[in-house]
Amino acid sequence: MQGLHQSLLELIRRTSAEIPDDVQRSILSALEREKKGTIAESALKIIERNIELAKQKSQPICQDTGSILFYVDAPVGFDLITFEDTARAAVTEATKKGYLRQNSVDSLTGANDGTNVGPGSPVVHFHPHRESVVHVRLQLKGGGCENVGAQYSLPNEKLKANRDLDGCRKVVLDAVLQAQGKGCGPGILGVCIGGDRATGYEHSKLQFLRKIDDRNPNPELDKLEQDVLNTANELGIGPMGFGGKTTLLGVKATTLNRLPASFFVSVSYMCWAFRRQGVELDSNGGITKWLY
Amino acid sequence: MKLQYPFTEEQVRALRVGDPVEISGIVFTGRDVVHKYLHEGGKLPAGVSLENGIVYHCGPVVVKDEQGAWKVTAAGPTTSIREEPYQWQVIRDFRLRGVIGKGGMGEKTLEACREHGCVYLHAIGGAAQVLAECVKKVRNVYFLKEFGSPEAIWELEVENFPAVVTMDSHGNSLHREVLAHSTAELAKRL
Repeated sequence: MQGLHQSLLELIRRTSAEIPDDVQRSILSALEREKKGTIAESALKIIERNIELAKQKSQPICQDTGSILFYVDAPVGFDLITFEDTARAAVTEATKKGYLRQNSVDSLTGANDGTNVGPGSPVVHFHPHRESVVHVRLQLKGGGCENVGAQYSLPNEKLKANRDLDGCRKVVLDAVLQAQGKGCGPGILGVCIGGDRATGYEHSKLQFLRKIDDRNPNPELDKLEQDVLNTANELGIGPMGFGGKTTLLGVKATTLNRLPASFFVSVSYMCWAFRRQGVELDSNGGITKWLY
Repeated sequence: MKLQYPFTEEQVRALRVGDPVEISGIVFTGRDVVHKYLHEGGKLPAGVSLENGIVYHCGPVVVKDEQGAWKVTAAGPTTSIREEPYQWQVIRDFRLRGVIGKGGMGEKTLEACREHGCVYLHAIGGAAQVLAECVKKVRNVYFLKEFGSPEAIWELEVENFPAVVTMDSHGNSLHREVLAHSTAELAKRL
């Protein structure tokens, strides 16, 4: 796969500098909904201008280029070791070129060697399948929104949330309330009901691989998604927490089985600078199509 | 409203929550590591003068251009609330006139703003390119090796850098208002 390095470098560049179409459409609708002359409206206008500039200059939409999360769907027998080595090299080069900020810090020493490569960076999730196609998706998820994610354990006495969908609704809305503007809203929520503490968060982030305007095929989850979205937008938190009509652009939820003793609701918060892209690769590692 | 360096108490006391401003002049970036360092009694390097100055909560992406000069290619704000334990001290000890960041800050900072004559200036989170264009020059960088690029003190010359006053020097905070309002609205819908 000799084309792999260049393809991954281009995937990183485009993910960092260009917002996907579905997200941009969503932000534009939000702009139309906000009241004219408000700080909320002017915030969204600056966001729109920023998206254009970043694309023009091929520079990061947001300076926090975040955690680097690769998701690889590939046939059994795909050389994942070479993929990971190539991904690390592409990340290092992308950082030198300024597509990525020097974002990886040693948690014991505070040292930042400037390469973005270290324990836990980049992350590669691998999912084998029986088809022949290779898909590589990338999320760049900043620290600001990462910090306002939350994991709840039901029942939650303080929030009067029991082990049912209504309880899930209450805690997810609490996460939105606590976040206020700190996650750079208008944001998108990824929710996982069930799992353990690790898989709960992991699957909440997998939800960000869905398109913003899709609908959940499970009618109960679809109802939950739409309800949380509409209710959140009635709270008046608005873009950046300035007050306004658009606090969330979307809510995406999934479930996992759980232990009888545990009932986790994991909420990941994605900012408006929703950087996720994906490519389909041919057998030489060349890009045959973009997924978003 | 134009805020021009050097920033005076008078300029800042005239501002109210909701006022849009355009900042021109010198600002210093400072975030998690710098604030903890100052809180623990660390001294600022010679050349960093925060008196009547503005601190910008930001970890920019900075590269070297063909001439070897520093160039800021992305410069949006980081979430300010992480500095809430320390900001009031920095405002007091250095006579800071403004803090640029995003997401707002808490009561300790609000009180320090009221007491010493300082405002919180909310920049647009993620608007890294729009704000990078406002950076005309990187005048210097301090603690680059010790703290790494995002945490270093970057001395930036900015022009018409847009922000909104969300915490003024009279005890008013948009964040407190929005939190109260949204909490009440949610209670009605549970």
